[in-house]
Amino acid sequence: MTEKKIRILIAKPGLDGHDRGAKVIARALRDAGMEVIYTGLRQTPEQIINAALQEDVDAIGLSILSGAHMHLFPRILELKSQNNLNDVLVFAGGIIPDPDIPRLKEMGIAEIFPPGSSLDEIVAFLRSHIGRT
Amino acid sequence: MRLITDTMEFGSRYVPRWNTISISGYHIREAGATATQELAFTLRDGMEYVEYGLRAGLEVDAFAPRLSFFFDVHNDFFEEIAKLRAARRIWARAMKDRFHAADPRSMLCRIHCQTAGVSLTAQQPYNNVVRVTLQALAAVLGGTQSLHTNSLDETLALPTEKAVTIALRTQQIIAHESGVANVIDPLGGSYFLETLTNEMEESAASYFERIDSLGGMVSAIERGYPQREIQESSYQFARALERKEKIIVGVNEFATEEQPPVDLLVIDGAIQKRQCSQLRMLRAQREVAAVERNLTALKRAAEGTENLMPRILDCVRSYTTLGEICDALRSVFGEYREPSIF
Repeated sequence: MTEKKIRILIAKPGLDGHDRGAKVIARALRDAGMEVIYTGLRQTPEQIINAALQEDVDAIGLSILSGAHMHLFPRILELKSQNNLNDVLVFAGGIIPDPDIPRLKEMGIAEIFPPGSSLDEIVAFLRSHIGRT
Repeated sequence: MRLITDTMEFGSRYVPRWNTISISGYHIREAGATATQELAFTLRDGMEYVEYGLRAGLEVDAFAPRLSFFFDVHNDFFEEIAKLRAARRIWARAMKDRFHAADPRSMLCRIHCQTAGVSLTAQQPYNNVVRVTLQALAAVLGGTQSLHTNSLDETLALPTEKAVTIALRTQQIIAHESGVANVIDPLGGSYFLETLTNEMEESAASYFERIDSLGGMVSAIERGYPQREIQESSYQFARALERKEKIIVGVNEFATEEQPPVDLLVIDGAIQKRQCSQLRMLRAQREVAAVERNLTALKRAAEGTENLMPRILDCVRSYTTLGEICDALRSVFGEYREPSIF
């Protein structure tokens, strides 16, 4: 029996045109054998959670470089729990100052990957947390 | 393209010394393009604008002298200098041979450069001052007309006053102390630079052929061609960093555990509130009938063929907001959605 592939949504919340990193991650996850959906730019929390529901993903990767993570992430997490997506893992990357990281983890972001994180490290993290390859 | 041709037409007719459009390669490069791709896609964009201008009935020498370009200046010192030299050569030839411009000013490739934001590192951010200095020097040696130097902390936040001042002083030291700006094209004649310039010009020419065969730049973009090319380069670059085939100091080599703290600018939330309340006040005080009249006229113009600029100016004069103007145009033109290519 073949195991279901890991499905990941890569999302760009808010008014932020910097998607180079998001696309590199999306490609790296795809090359690692995962199924990847990329939302494109300027997504609202509602659009992101909607896409996660429709695509039945295992994890949501949020990429943000606008500085609005403390406004947008809580809303995304709130909508996630309202939609009973409790087993969907949320991870994030981009420009997120160190002092914000513990607070975001408390809110329910599983991991933050700052600039310089290795692609292999992100792949390994997702495999181990989702429990499939 | 409609807004571009209308801007060029309006500019050449009513504000002839206004620099109508700046044709940008910056975002292309920042998205991951190589120097050659940036060169080729930017200049081919420029040619596309000229073609659309001619198709709209404009005389080439009426609008071409006021076009300008905007390039990124990245880490590879000589490659960046060669890129700017190649850009001038390609543009002059294209304007003369492809578009039959007669005014020498139409053949001038006037360039603004900005140092590469994407090359700055969050790690050991003071090293960014050195990166910016080298990039700025390359831009000057390559003959840029104007220059923007990034601040050392821009990879982390909007820059502080202190960081911006260092970025400005970097330019001033190059301009007033180094003497490099006293000579035009100081590296011209260097075997290496001339070879590199020729090579970049040739590589750009093969991109032009490919794009022409796809039916021009608009059609190429609709088919996702430049996006795929950029995406591939971006990914290969990330992989090369991972394998340490390329070294970024402080990132994949010479890294330190302890990061020296930098003071970051924090934007006061009160600014947002003040801006919103000013906008509310403006909307309450303006003449609503004039706003509605001008927006309706703008939409009607967008549906037809008349130049949009006078209609946009009417809107602005009656304090119609940029959001309202764009919404009106969006309601007629629709909105471009980037195909999700990765």
